[in-house]
Amino acid sequence: MAYKITLTVNGKTITAELEARTILADFLREHLSLTGTHIGCDTSSCGACTVHINGAAVKSCTVLAVQADGTDITTVEGLSQNGNLHPIQEGFNQEHGLQCGFCTPGMMMTAKDLLQRNPNPSEQEIREALEGNFCRCTGYHNIVKSIQYAANKM
Amino acid sequence: MSKYIGKSIKRVEDKRFITGQGKYTDDIKLVNMAFAYILRSPYANAKITSITTDAAQEMEGVLAVYTAADIPESIAGVPCGWQVNFKNGDTMKEPPHPLLVRNKVRHVGDAVALVVAESRSIAKDASELIQIDYEVMDAVTNPKEAVQKGAPLVHEDVPDNICFDWELGNPKEEVEKALKDAAHVTELEFINQRVVPNAIEPRSAIGHYDTAYERYTLYTSTQNPHLIRLLLCAFVLGIPEHKVRVVGPDVGGGFGSKIFHYTEEALVIFFSKVLGRPIKWTAERSESFLTDAHGRDHVSHAKMGFDQDGKIVALQAHTFANLGAYLSTFAPAVPTYLHGTLFQGLYTTPKINVDVTGVFTHTNVVDAYRGAGRPETTYLIERLVDLAALEMEIDPTELRYKNFIPAFDGVDQPGYQTQVALQYDSGNYAPVLEKALEMVGYEEFRKEQAAQSNGKFLGIGFSTYIEACGIAPSAVVGALGARAGLFESAQVTVQPTGKVTVYTGSHSHGQGHETTFAQVVADRLGISIDDVEIVHGDSDRVAFGMGTYGSRSLAVGGSAIVKSLDKVLEKGAKIAAHLLEASADDLEYDEGKWTVKGTDKSVSFGDVSLTSYVPHNYPEGLEPGLDFSSFYDPTNFTYPFGAHIAIVEVDKETGVVKLKRFIAVDDVGNVINPMIVDGQIHGGLAQGIGQAMHEEAIYDDTGQLINGSYMDYCMPRADDFPSFEIDRTTTPCPHNPLGVKGAGEAGCIGSTPAVVNAVIDALWKNGHKVKDIQMPMTPERVWSAMQG
Repeated sequence: MAYKITLTVNGKTITAELEARTILADFLREHLSLTGTHIGCDTSSCGACTVHINGAAVKSCTVLAVQADGTDITTVEGLSQNGNLHPIQEGFNQEHGLQCGFCTPGMMMTAKDLLQRNPNPSEQEIREALEGNFCRCTGYHNIVKSIQYAANKM
Repeated sequence: MSKYIGKSIKRVEDKRFITGQGKYTDDIKLVNMAFAYILRSPYANAKITSITTDAAQEMEGVLAVYTAADIPESIAGVPCGWQVNFKNGDTMKEPPHPLLVRNKVRHVGDAVALVVAESRSIAKDASELIQIDYEVMDAVTNPKEAVQKGAPLVHEDVPDNICFDWELGNPKEEVEKALKDAAHVTELEFINQRVVPNAIEPRSAIGHYDTAYERYTLYTSTQNPHLIRLLLCAFVLGIPEHKVRVVGPDVGGGFGSKIFHYTEEALVIFFSKVLGRPIKWTAERSESFLTDAHGRDHVSHAKMGFDQDGKIVALQAHTFANLGAYLSTFAPAVPTYLHGTLFQGLYTTPKINVDVTGVFTHTNVVDAYRGAGRPETTYLIERLVDLAALEMEIDPTELRYKNFIPAFDGVDQPGYQTQVALQYDSGNYAPVLEKALEMVGYEEFRKEQAAQSNGKFLGIGFSTYIEACGIAPSAVVGALGARAGLFESAQVTVQPTGKVTVYTGSHSHGQGHETTFAQVVADRLGISIDDVEIVHGDSDRVAFGMGTYGSRSLAVGGSAIVKSLDKVLEKGAKIAAHLLEASADDLEYDEGKWTVKGTDKSVSFGDVSLTSYVPHNYPEGLEPGLDFSSFYDPTNFTYPFGAHIAIVEVDKETGVVKLKRFIAVDDVGNVINPMIVDGQIHGGLAQGIGQAMHEEAIYDDTGQLINGSYMDYCMPRADDFPSFEIDRTTTPCPHNPLGVKGAGEAGCIGSTPAVVNAVIDALWKNGHKVKDIQMPMTPERVWSAMQG
């Protein structure tokens, strides 16, 4: 049976009908073609699918799309505003915080959540905040620096 | 003049990734595309007595359920690309690796049926309705146990599960005699455990058959699209290569695991034609754990002998290498030619013998994983050296300085001929260790270590490594068993407006080629980097390529680009000479223009480009256009090296190990983009340290992978590491035009033994004279070591 949901995604109001079992990550990727949100695991461990729901970082593979009914969602595609990169995006570029780029959207969304809660995190606080996001390319070294760059800029 | 080379130019590829516009295989949607789910064996060793698919076929939304019965017997499976012979000259055992299993499954995850449906979820639901009767048999997962008489056989026609036995170096009896005569012998039996590559993008493949053009397209998360095309066409399906396009779009990490030709690639191509619709398959993470080729898995016994003065006199090792249930594409090369050939290390060891037994077990395949064979060698040698230093009560750095091969540049001094086939290109080994010791503050550290009394044990561990990269001279690897050449190709197309498109056979899946290669091109041509585009990963756009692995892209692929650039400039000079009414010999090229020496008469690269395509006023007999292809086949491997130092703190009550500092000084030859090279080192370090401290793929006795998910397999996280302290020395490669050696694997090769050595040092200095702690060094293992 199909369920109807209405939600805001990156500032646009979206109405859709979908199966109850559709996870939010699949809804974003398959229904809305917002493929910047990635799926890297089956267990909500890797964080590649992290988006913001009502301003807080959430792993979109752990949320049913129907649960997101009525919420305000931001994905990586909604990070930059009016063609200007968000300081976190800029930081990842300036400090070489990405290599293959697959974990990057989730990393940035988690970083945004961290900097909202803690605008001046220590290195240890950044590392702990990234505990739920895996990167296999960078050794996290430059991801930490990217987030420090953004914190300084914001 | 270098405007770009040697500078940390920000990556041009970043923009699409940080804005969510990267295009990975699973992001691609084709019209009318169907979705596949693969039903896999839950058993490690079982006969299939029946398969019933009726209920699945009838489910609404299911398009087809395919089993081995739907694949012609002429399609035997995916091939192996490297042949190793037995010591007696017999060819290795090479059982087929079928696309779908017909009669007998050989590891958990072996593919049994392919369900294709209108959606992923329907395909997965339908797979649950397939009934398969299995007759389950005993399994064997440990390579040393698998060669014992009476062990369950993986393949009935492979006695004792032995794929090959292999030996390299000096005659065994000579090495044994040298060990017998040695003043001290350090002996170690240990396991280099199996790890899972875990690229964060799961593998994915889309097969599409276009009936109008009778042409196939395969999108796949691969490190080498052209090699996949060759294997798929010529060795698996028997379809014409010129009718197949393979695209490796953005790829979310490889680390070796996406080099190989996987069965799923052939399945989606084959059945897309049968079904008449594009088919997409994307692995779930649990499938990645079960089927992405794993790494390492050696059981080794090694001895290193020393004379009275601490000079190494001999090294002998025997390794049982687990290959898994089938031969993955390059599996036989990893424990042999990428492993045995590095046993010289950085030392003058005069007698070396390496003996390797390649073994089938009821486990997933094992193949190249970042470093591929070289980390296993480095682990073995460097563990022995640090342990010997403790046993002989010599400082581990002093022991290394005593044994380093003296410096040689490979130009005025010849390369260094090892006892194990290779000839090192250039090396200067003491300075990397000197620099690393300065960074660590070695004397101060030893004082601090001696003084510590807070219930924590401080330890320091070393690793000075060498690797063979820039893989590789085709003739050499051909003689060693490769069934492919390992050159690289590059086409440089100068557009009429002077913009440059470069088509490279290398493939970037995080390495930043779109930037590094563009730096080389822009500098050589003296043009803006914005005027250069690097194209890779599409067999319809790039004529040929061998792909990216073995830290080869810049050393081999970059050299091919340089060859084409040289041809562009040579022809450009002829056109310029004509326009300037001068002799080409009288011209010099700098900052994007040809100038008649000693005059201000010049013509720009852009004008020459335009003239080549609008050849009205043009040299007689010269072809129009400015477009060159080149193939570069190196004359030798490259040999990066380095010194890694780990400092750990061990909690004596709990066995918890904290990595406090990690220092790496690597020499990767000339560096084009320091920022990118540093990033490669960082990532390699995390994987090497991850193996030492966290990671292990664990199969139980029945062949179940008991930690096949991110809930169970310990992936290294951000808070597992300190900030890395890295630096480099520069010893250029003497045999390629850029002088580069490769940086992709260095971090992963050097770091693992340094961490284990540090923990052993911490324990030893506090009275626990343990020789080995099995990786990963969990608190339980470290604590147990301190009790015994």
